[in-house]
Amino acid sequence: MPSQEQSRPQRRDDAPDEAPEPTPAAPEASARKENLDSDIDSVLDEIDGVLESNAEEFVRGFVQKGGQ
Amino acid sequence: MTVRRVMGIETEYGISVPGDPAANPMILSGQVVNAYASAQGIRAAHASWDYADEAPLRDARGFEMGRGVADPSQLTDEEDPTLANVVLTNGARLYVDHAHPEYSSPEVTSPRAAVAFDRAGEAIMAESVRRLSQVPPGVNLYKNNTDGKGQSYGTHENYLMRRETPFTDIVRHLVPFFVARQVITGSGRVGIGQDSRTAGYQLSQRSDFFEVEVGLETTLKRPIINTRDEPHAVADLYRRLHVIIGDANHCDVANLLKLGTTSLVLAMIEDRAIDVDLTVARPVATLQAVSHDPTCTALVELRDGTKLTAVQLLWRYHGLAERYLRARYAGELDDDTAEVMRWWATILDRLERDPREASRELDWVAKQQVLQGYIDRDGLDWSDPRLRAIDIQWSDVRPDKGIFHKLRAAGRFEQLVTEEAVLEAVHEPPADTRAYFRGKCLAKYPDQIAAASWDSVIFDIPGQTSLQRVPMLEPLRGTKATVGPLLDRSPDAATLLRELASASG
Repeated sequence: MPSQEQSRPQRRDDAPDEAPEPTPAAPEASARKENLDSDIDSVLDEIDGVLESNAEEFVRGFVQKGGQ
Repeated sequence: MTVRRVMGIETEYGISVPGDPAANPMILSGQVVNAYASAQGIRAAHASWDYADEAPLRDARGFEMGRGVADPSQLTDEEDPTLANVVLTNGARLYVDHAHPEYSSPEVTSPRAAVAFDRAGEAIMAESVRRLSQVPPGVNLYKNNTDGKGQSYGTHENYLMRRETPFTDIVRHLVPFFVARQVITGSGRVGIGQDSRTAGYQLSQRSDFFEVEVGLETTLKRPIINTRDEPHAVADLYRRLHVIIGDANHCDVANLLKLGTTSLVLAMIEDRAIDVDLTVARPVATLQAVSHDPTCTALVELRDGTKLTAVQLLWRYHGLAERYLRARYAGELDDDTAEVMRWWATILDRLERDPREASRELDWVAKQQVLQGYIDRDGLDWSDPRLRAIDIQWSDVRPDKGIFHKLRAAGRFEQLVTEEAVLEAVHEPPADTRAYFRGKCLAKYPDQIAAASWDSVIFDIPGQTSLQRVPMLEPLRGTKATVGPLLDRSPDAATLLRELASASG
């Protein structure tokens, strides 16, 4: 089926008999995203409270030896 | 075979002393291991590592590298008495690997258990940090994979496979999968390039450090497929696929999918169920291009000319897995496999629609959302050191300082493994592998064990002149079902060994 492979993949091609997996309905998904956007400020406030005070020095001081 | 197989995760942690970037990381790492071990009553001399069966230079392609030409960092089988190395009662190994403390989880049989024991390792590191903090300035540990200055350290997955599987099949079918899977498993990174010389955000902490497609090394010329052939099991029957390309994940869903989808692809390779050629034209360059594209729209070009996104490439593997599972199991899937297939489809759907919808499940999406919040609120650009600081502190193992842990405590992530299960995994071994025998022996007879390894426990029985080594080359023997009653009724190791001998004799 090389002609199909240029388009969006036919992900159900291999599973014609199977009912699609349940996926969240679009409205739920977008509500979820709006919710996240609206409370990001409170997340940032909380992170502000624990951040190392001098970012530049903290970043400079984080030096590692290589590993595997 | 489904998602279930013998597997495990090893994680090297970033390490630093606040205010002292020049502190010696090898000595510090030893302190981390010893601080935890001594609190558990483990003395290094009484549970050190048995190196007898290690072979880090054996190559899966059928030859062995000479010790003289190997980089010293590859000689991981030579004991260094100054470096701490212990076996824990949960069956894990806690030790110093190069300049990092490393936790290697015990062998488990499901992705969900691997997630639990990986989180147990982080809890162990957090406990060690807590103990060391009693003497300021203490030691901080980070579950990440780069310092952003050119150094990287690994999170490795291990999967037991059938020896008969041709290694060329593994390479052919895994390389495209590894190029693509980072859209799920990436843990997010501020900075592009090994030393972050270009400002920006990318999906994976590790991708910029890969330079070749296949090879034995793990510290230099890092390969997408590592060929180390050290099964820690019956070598005629098994190979251990050592995967070095993964990121350290905090999110349960990302970690579950990392192990679960990879295990499924391996099952299809073993059963020769992949009948398409998805070979990527320029795998190393494409790996990095995919990582550098948080919109997930970059195109991967296959050798046959097909162009598709990484998400679409993963849908191809998902479709193959659906077909394979239907043909073999007719829809009667075990819970572990069903869970992985469900999450796999759900996450690919979200990534295709809008990656931001996966902020509760994927590390790189969650981290990007927080960083973008700072950029928008404070008018920063990607070169601002605050963003790099947040990236590092995201992975701090301390519950009150690690940003991921703060957000998890606030309920912002999908949790698949409960805190109770993690706490149990800190002390209790998995019941269904040889890790049960190893861990329980350590818990029950700590003073009568001279050393242990993945495939042996060496006993030092009072009154006996020689040490007694119990080999454990079958990872699915030594389980609770088979040796649990024997351990329960053996008050000391001498009784245990006597009964083991009579049972096998």
